[in-house]
Amino acid sequence: MKLIAAMSGGVDSAVAAARAVEAGHEVIGVHLALAANPQKYRSGARGCCTIEDSHDARRAADVIGIPFYIWDMAEEFHDGVVEDFLAEYSAGRTPNPCLRCNEKIKFAAVLDRARAMGYDGVVTGHYARTEIGPRGKTLHRAVDHSKDQSYVLSVLTIEQINGAIFPLGDTTKVDIRAEAERRGLAVAQKPDSHDICFVPSGDNAGWLRDRLGSEVGPIVDQDGNKIGEHKGAYTYTIGQRKGLGLTVPTADGSPRFVLKIEPVSNTVVVGAREDLAITTMRGERPVWCGPAVTSEHKRGFVQVRAHGAALPCTYFFDGTLLVATLDEPLLGLATGQAMVIYDGDRVVGSATICETQ
Amino acid sequence: MPSIYVDHAATTPLSPAAFKAITSQLQELGNPSSLHTHGRATRKALEDAREAIAQQVSCLPSEVIFTASGTEANNIALKGLWWNGKAHGKKVVVISAVEHHAILDPAHWLETHEGAEVIQVPVDVHGVINLDFLKDLITKRSEEIAVISIMHSNNETGVIQPIQEVVAMAGKIPVHTDAVQSFKKVPLSYKDLGVTALTLSAHKVGGPLGIGALILRRAYEIPALLHGGGQEREIRSGTLNAPSIVAFSAAATEKYPSNEVQTLRDNFIKALHQEIPDAYVNGEASQRLPGIVNVTFPGTQSDTLLLLLDNAHVSASTGSACSAGVHEASHVLLAMGHTEATAQSSLRFSFGAASTQADVDFVMSVLPDVISTGRAAHLK
Repeated sequence: MKLIAAMSGGVDSAVAAARAVEAGHEVIGVHLALAANPQKYRSGARGCCTIEDSHDARRAADVIGIPFYIWDMAEEFHDGVVEDFLAEYSAGRTPNPCLRCNEKIKFAAVLDRARAMGYDGVVTGHYARTEIGPRGKTLHRAVDHSKDQSYVLSVLTIEQINGAIFPLGDTTKVDIRAEAERRGLAVAQKPDSHDICFVPSGDNAGWLRDRLGSEVGPIVDQDGNKIGEHKGAYTYTIGQRKGLGLTVPTADGSPRFVLKIEPVSNTVVVGAREDLAITTMRGERPVWCGPAVTSEHKRGFVQVRAHGAALPCTYFFDGTLLVATLDEPLLGLATGQAMVIYDGDRVVGSATICETQ
Repeated sequence: MPSIYVDHAATTPLSPAAFKAITSQLQELGNPSSLHTHGRATRKALEDAREAIAQQVSCLPSEVIFTASGTEANNIALKGLWWNGKAHGKKVVVISAVEHHAILDPAHWLETHEGAEVIQVPVDVHGVINLDFLKDLITKRSEEIAVISIMHSNNETGVIQPIQEVVAMAGKIPVHTDAVQSFKKVPLSYKDLGVTALTLSAHKVGGPLGIGALILRRAYEIPALLHGGGQEREIRSGTLNAPSIVAFSAAATEKYPSNEVQTLRDNFIKALHQEIPDAYVNGEASQRLPGIVNVTFPGTQSDTLLLLLDNAHVSASTGSACSAGVHEASHVLLAMGHTEATAQSSLRFSFGAASTQADVDFVMSVLPDVISTGRAAHLK
């Protein structure tokens, strides 16, 4: 096949590209320039798309022996990922920008462009697997569960999965680093990137405050009594306990947790730990990574955070929303996060959580 | 299969004579500034080269200052002439809107770090500077202008600027011209132009990378950027790169086949108009260098086109600068009235002494497909 390897400048995408070449594909490396004003250097494990990263990607492509180009996707990234991130926070939800990036950039803008240019698919260094079976090509968890990234890929449609190649799904991260070393790739020991790539300081709350302002608002209990003040509701997350700065203690001295964020009234609602518990979640804008989920109630697992646990559940599609009912209550679930349904290791589909109870 | 090279304006093959000269000189021992036999032998070869280059550009040998690049020569000229002017209260730098970054960026640096006022002379849709604007500016602010720097020809479009007219208008104001692309391609006489300073680069004419020259009027003193041993009139210190200098001279004294290159270019343009009717050549109505063609392909994106061409074994370029590897919309094309979108849909094809009709034919055999695929990808 003719493939485009998306190369971030990190170790994973470098080894993925090398493996694709070794598998006999005709591969070209492409680094996506996602930041409008890239920084020169990475600071530790934070940030990405610096000039240093594009240099690392180019160097890896040269060592592997494939052509290398840089695609400017800064505008698409800003419109599709950064703006969405801000809009979600302003609406009181907690978005996952990596999901949006996979959905709108890597397996949309890039894959579309690749296909239009006569390429068959996109190779990435994600830790996930695909299998070809009676149901067509399906998406699965990586062998290395601690690095598994199927959660952030769960927004891919069948059409997108058909154009995706994940060469690292069968290997552990430790082995990938060793392989990079053997292949003479200088990025073998480069630190993993963490946090949100477009918030290079790692200070999410500060980054949001700079862009959304810090309008003071009330922190109230479940009865609506004001018990404190916040500086920007969106800097809080559901289940948060620390940093609330409350002056009125509870009767029994038990701690309070963020239960709800109400963007319209700019209010943060707090309450007891047990009030965080939910058993049912509903998600909008569902995407099926294989056969569509129907109204039939099925047993499976739901995952609500990138590296969270797979929670046993019963799920179905009510015609508009994807609904999952947990066997055991879950504490603190923010809307805006993705709910991803698994059938064993296979990704069934995902939706954006809009309601919990 | 090897790729066809149509990027001679970026750099062009080392000429056989230059290759012979550099390899032979690399085997000679001696710092040209040393006074002993070895040093004198190297100095002899170097001064022969200086005289030969001086003759090619009609200046005095003592007016040739060797540098490590055209960029360095531009920096020495622009900053040095500006600092001279500043000593007399003149703070204005006049450049054209289509200068290479090796002039744009030092001008910008003077503005942010030294308090210069930079004025850009606009160009018309054909890429030629607006002489009326310049005349008006000189009439009004002649006493404030420290230096005027207008390129002899543009690296992206090949459009040639009316430098003699600029010099005539400038009067006593020193004029510098970046002639890196023009040297050997069109007649270039330092004496006839009457400029104060002129920049050359070896690797654009078949010499090696890493050697350039600033031609600066005899006995004209300007502050140095590099201080040290005082070589090159105390304006440019550093041990002289004798092997590269003799190779520069070997390349500079070879005949450049201007007519043949221009014929190839014209054949290319003719075929282009036939095969891709909506493509247009930027600056086509202007006097241009024989080897450069800048083409806009509406509805495409140049980085996609470059990838597809590279894949089809054609090495071309946008000719404009990269920021973090991302092609910026060319400031040259924007200055000529392009929109961001059309500027980003443009490529530069440049032919050189070694180019052949087979190169043109090959490029034209793949270009129509590349453009239609590029259009499809752009719509996505």
